[in-house]
This record gives sequence, C-alpha cells and structure tokens, in this order.
Amino acid sequence: MVDSTLRDPFTETALRGMVRDFGSDQRAFKEVPWGKVMMWAFLLSDIFIFACFLVGYMTVRITAVDPWPNASEIFALHVGGQDIPLLLIAIMTFILISSSGTMALAVKFGYERRRVATGVLLIVTALLGASFVGMQAFEWTELIHKGVRPWGNPWGAEQFGASFFLITGFHGTHVTIGVLCLVIMAAKVWRGSLDEEKPGFLTGRRGRYEMVENLGLYWHFVDLVWVFIFAFFYLW
Amino acid sequence: MASDNSQQHPLGTYLWVWFLLFVLSVFSYLVDVSGLEGYLKWFLITLFMLLKAGLIMAVFMHLVWERLALILAVLVPPGVLMFLALLMAIEGQHVLSSRLAGILP
Repeated sequence: MVDSTLRDPFTETALRGMVRDFGSDQRAFKEVPWGKVMMWAFLLSDIFIFACFLVGYMTVRITAVDPWPNASEIFALHVGGQDIPLLLIAIMTFILISSSGTMALAVKFGYERRRVATGVLLIVTALLGASFVGMQAFEWTELIHKGVRPWGNPWGAEQFGASFFLITGFHGTHVTIGVLCLVIMAAKVWRGSLDEEKPGFLTGRRGRYEMVENLGLYWHFVDLVWVFIFAFFYLW
Repeated sequence: MASDNSQQHPLGTYLWVWFLLFVLSVFSYLVDVSGLEGYLKWFLITLFMLLKAGLIMAVFMHLVWERLALILAVLVPPGVLMFLALLMAIEGQHVLSSRLAGILP
C-alpha cells in the first residue's frame, strides 16, 4: 500500500501495532525488512559513538581554562581580498545536503524500477560525497599549515585540535566508506543485478531495491551527523 | 498500515524537504555571519539544527512512515543521551571551577 501523506504516528492503530511489536515473540518490527532493521540497529550504535565524541568535545570545551579558538575566524576563506567566515564549511554543508537529496531521489526511482535514473543519481551522490571529502582534505591541509595539531594550536585551548581531528576525521571516514558503497551499488543497479535479483558475490543475498534504501539510510545518517557537527563545532 | 516494504512517496515531498534543508542551512550560516552572541545565537543554532535533523530523519529516512515500534526504538536511546550530555555539562562546570580555583589568586 502506498501511504504518501505525512501522518500522525500516535493513532490508536499505531499504538496497538507498537504494543504488538514489542510484545510479540520471534519478531518485533513486523513487516519491516530485516535488512532495514539491521541498518537502523547499526546506525543507532553509530549514533552512540558520535554522541560520545560530541559529548566529550563539549566536556573538554567547558572545562578548558584557555579561551576556545574562534571557529568563525579560523575557517574563514580568503576570497576577493577579504575573509569570508566559514565559507568552505558552508559549501561543504550545501554539498552534503545536495547529496542527501539526490540519494533520496535515487531510493524513490529505485522503487519505481527506473534503473538508469537510479544509477545516475547514485553516481551523482558519490561524486558529491567525494568532493566533500576532497574539501575536507583541503581544510585539514590548511589547518595543519597554520600549525594546528592534536596537542596544540596557535590560538588557545589545546583541546581544539584533538576534538577537530577526531570528530571531522571520523565523519570523513564515514563519508569515504559511503562513497565506496555508493559506487558499488551504482554498478549493481547499472548492470541490472537488482532487477534480476542476482545474488551478490560476497553475501549471496538476492539483489533487491531495498538495498538502495538501506544504503540511503546510511548516507542520510552521515548527512545528519554533519548537521550536528556543523552546529556544535563550527557555529557554536 | 504504513509499514509497507516499499517506501514510495511523491517527488514533490522530497523536493520540498530538500529546499527547506537548503533554506535552514542558509539561516544557520546567517546566524554566524550576523555576529549574534549569547543565548539568542545558541538558541537559533540549536533550533535550525533540530529542524534539519528532524526533516532528514522524518522524510529522507522515511521515519514518519515507519511503524511506531521502530520509531521509538530509534529515537528513545538517543533521547537518553541528552541526559548524559546534561550530566557531563554539570560535571564540566564543576571541573572548570575547581581548575580556575587552582589558577586564580
């Protein structure tokens, strides 16, 4: 059944469904494909890892006796004779949001069995993700040239570098892995493995368009984490 | 039920959310450029962040169309993390004050 309207999740049927799900033996989350449940379980564990990093960052920032370096000035980009604050970070944010949009459309077109459109959108998403990682590499290079190290920097609290490299590095790793998976998925879509339900060479699971949605969940999660990093690390 | 395996929704919904995410990102960038300070700045940053996160999770990750059990299993544990953050903030203030007490005359 296609249910396209935004609906209230707290209707009586929904509540009854929830009680039945958690009260049932053998299987909770009825009718949800197991691959999706597993992806959500993985993302939940990843949320905890990133939350540990961000809460750790918050703690060292609160407890730092030295002044915290001003991210707005440090990440400014020199364009046309003046410093524009956070320009590169803003561009990176827009790129990642664009990639989330193309990914969402790829999932939609996948379920509509539009093979070529799905493949193209997956590749576009991968390219946007790769350019994000490229800009992050540029940003790291700039900062390292300015003298930022995990144990110190020219402007203030030493913990700035440690938090920065850990959090953005871990996020960048996620993006990189996502790009690899996107390229693999695009190849699968392209050669029709999902339409013909061919078993994958690694797991032997039959190809299904749910796989695109599960990969999409991962990709949107990476974007989601960036929303929090952007707010807490760069803007705060 | 909305728990159907295939999540198919109109293109317009996605495009709208995409557009809103752009607008919200511009807003949060403007908070930085405008040079606001203090509680208003922090409030706006948090507001735009939560709106963006909500839109991504609800529509792009299809959470509003999922079963309530899955929604709660996904959202409740991170909610508990807010409590961890609160505890660490209180702890952090304490550590800072004891450090400052060691430095200041």
